[in-house]
Amino acid sequence: MISGYLSQETWLHRVPAGSKLIGLGVTTMLVFPVQDWRILVAGLVAVLALYASAGWPAVRRMGFLKAFLPMLAIVFGLHVFTGDWVAGANTILRLVMMILLADLVSMTTTMQQMMNALMPVLRLLRPIGINPEKVALAVSLVIRFVPVLGANWQARSEAWRARTGRKPSWRLIGPFLVETLRMADQVAEALDARGFARSTQKG
Amino acid sequence: MATRDLVRIALFAAIIAALGLVPKFDLPVAGGVPVTAQSMGVMLAGIFLGPRKGALAVALFLLCVAVGMPLLSGGRGGLAPFFGPGGGFILGFVPAAFTVGFVMKKLRDIPLFAGAFIASVIGGIFVDYAFGIPYLAWKANMSLAQAAFGSALFVPGDLIKAVIAGLVAQSAYRAVPRSIDGRA
Repeated sequence: MISGYLSQETWLHRVPAGSKLIGLGVTTMLVFPVQDWRILVAGLVAVLALYASAGWPAVRRMGFLKAFLPMLAIVFGLHVFTGDWVAGANTILRLVMMILLADLVSMTTTMQQMMNALMPVLRLLRPIGINPEKVALAVSLVIRFVPVLGANWQARSEAWRARTGRKPSWRLIGPFLVETLRMADQVAEALDARGFARSTQKG
Repeated sequence: MATRDLVRIALFAAIIAALGLVPKFDLPVAGGVPVTAQSMGVMLAGIFLGPRKGALAVALFLLCVAVGMPLLSGGRGGLAPFFGPGGGFILGFVPAAFTVGFVMKKLRDIPLFAGAFIASVIGGIFVDYAFGIPYLAWKANMSLAQAAFGSALFVPGDLIKAVIAGLVAQSAYRAVPRSIDGRA
């Protein structure tokens, strides 16, 4: 599966995931009350400098921002609509800065490192019935089954198009869900047949 | 938790992802805002799995997104979407799915389509917006009224999704009654 991870090693890849996450959290809190556009511009420049220090592949990846454009346009539009475009510009500066910084953390940290950094948090949830081992299995199942279900859906929509000549309809979703849930029960039987239920603690 | 429930939760998280990866849905949209089937996946999680498992499926989906899988509609993933202005709508998916499942259970005695539609509107719209609007106001530095006004753009699309969620639930129930938690 495609992922947001940047495969070329940069110096940020060597920073522990926990430190990057804490840094991201602290920056969020520091930046929130700032209303002075000069500080915000300086912050954005600092984030851009971090991208530059990570090299050209990281800089090129900033194109992902366009997925956020509609939402940012609405936010800016609303500020302009109420006659305060300065506040609008400040808001956009802050949002773009935080989105870029968050993605920089994501693109320099592998999923495994993220999961490992989250494990202490998950262990804290054990008393309310969350078993970290089972969470790990569930994540692996999602990784395995997203492409399977994607291909399954693709096949259904192609068949639909061939039969009707029209775009896929919501009518495809019901059978898709029913069959996926049936597949889930088969996977569960297979896991239990291999002793999964006995090998993990309750929870 | 039984293995069966665990795998159902995991595969439903994958279904929500699949519904976001397939953007080819012709939903009438307001103001050119792209509408995908993903938030409908959240409604369906509550309808099909019930409150607890439905919310866990959505939470698992968000965990996978947060650790870096690009599963949100438009191929977004990682931590960035949670820091964007719409982050509250994404985090609100979890209580939304729980509420959909909870209301579904309460409405056990009315026809399935009506129950699923009402549950989807209450959970998938009211509850999700109750998280999304304050977060948007906070992140985007505007008043609650402004944030609510901006979010209203998405209501028509979400209403259509609630109708479709009800129709999907009905068609699945007719084919395999026990696929809907608590209705068989």
